Amino acid sequence: MKTFAELNFPGRLIAVEGLDGSGKSTQIFLLKKWLELQGLKVFFSEWNSSELVKAATSKGKKRELLSPTTFSLIHATDFADRYERQLEPLLRAGYVVLCDRYIFTAFARDTVRGCPPEWVRGIYSFAPLPDLTFFFKAKLEVSLQRILDGRPQLKYFEAGMDLRLSTDPYESFRIFQGRILEQYLAMSTEFGFLVMDANQCIEIQQALVRNLVAAKIDLKSFMAQRN
Amino acid sequence: MALKRTRALLLQRNGKRIVVPKGDKPRRFYGDGIPGVELDKLVGKLIVVEGADGSGRSTQIARLVGWMEGRGHATVQVGLKRSSLVSEELEQAKQGNILSHRTMSLFYATDFADQIENIILPALKAGFMVLADRYIYTLMVRDIVRGMDEAWVKNLYGIALVPDAVFYLNVSPQELVQRNFCKNHSLDYWESGMDLGLSRDMFDSFLKYQALVEKQFKQLHSSYDFTIVDGHRSADEINRELQHRIELLLAGK
Repeated sequence: MKTFAELNFPGRLIAVEGLDGSGKSTQIFLLKKWLELQGLKVFFSEWNSSELVKAATSKGKKRELLSPTTFSLIHATDFADRYERQLEPLLRAGYVVLCDRYIFTAFARDTVRGCPPEWVRGIYSFAPLPDLTFFFKAKLEVSLQRILDGRPQLKYFEAGMDLRLSTDPYESFRIFQGRILEQYLAMSTEFGFLVMDANQCIEIQQALVRNLVAAKIDLKSFMAQRN
Repeated sequence: MALKRTRALLLQRNGKRIVVPKGDKPRRFYGDGIPGVELDKLVGKLIVVEGADGSGRSTQIARLVGWMEGRGHATVQVGLKRSSLVSEELEQAKQGNILSHRTMSLFYATDFADQIENIILPALKAGFMVLADRYIYTLMVRDIVRGMDEAWVKNLYGIALVPDAVFYLNVSPQELVQRNFCKNHSLDYWESGMDLGLSRDMFDSFLKYQALVEKQFKQLHSSYDFTIVDGHRSADEINRELQHRIELLLAGK
């Protein structure tokens, strides 16, 4: 597997990964602001957000119709739609593309749900690796607390209730997130994640993110053309 | 072992012989399969009929259903784009022609997975004869002729159960055109492969596309063992051949 840079794409892709409540969305939002203020061509894409596929996904989730296999496939469908219609064309047009979750989210979740890892990786093999992947590593309890404080109503699949880990959604969520964290840590070296200490304050993390991005990517070459 | 032998005996009921299907070949998936499935419990039979639109698939399946039920077998029918999970959205996407090939391909795979998990596997477990109006081969062929990597497609459909029998009704593109006109007086956009840009002329595109599909089916034939059935003969003749092959299958031969 190669990165977009290695494949000679003019654009660059930066992904953030981590558990719910690790603060990754906040960090990528601040990164986007910073890049935009410099006048760069930036595009932001979220996991599970393709319009057409979303209808099917949310129906499947609401009615609890999804098995590990269909859960995996429907998210791959969503990703493929975003990849082929947005990410790839924009990367060919020289954009800096920011992704809140990328293929590693699928690798972690689907594997925890019992799908064969090689099968899942094969399905996503059409997508190159990000040029930078930040992994926001927080203590499990901290991530859990952030989610449980803000949104006490846990959704069925979000809590991993389909895995029958516990009949208590909170307990199920804890076990599920713990297993996902293990998967992330196992992938960290293989895919060269930039591991961020997500227990630090927002500003310190963001300063580090910006430094790493500036060091790895020649930002000047991504300036939007001004008329 | 003794139990298996008893099951294979012919039973007499109302003067009509009912054959208890024998299953000697171990079941398997094409790839890693679906997590948590106990393969040895799938005692029914999975019979697939493949072929283009106009190849006589539906006619043959309808006849097989009647014939099998007459012989005391319970049947279930499945086909593409019939899952409760995504069939509506898939139809919408097809009408709008707005999704890329890979997205469509994964959407179809989702539909297939939903049906295998919720219809095919439970029915086989309950001892039904499952008749599939198309299976993964059509989906794979469509993907491959659209330029998708064959290894990628094969991995994707590693979730599919290997059927007990696959009959591919082979009809030449020229004959398919005639049959489609006879039925609808028009050619279908997708069955003409119009999205491939082979020709702006639909008639021309249909012939070219169906020729590609036929060629690809024959290529898959080497790795996915299926029976190629000459679809140019009369419906009766074809059905007799299918019945004969299914009888052998049920007798464990």
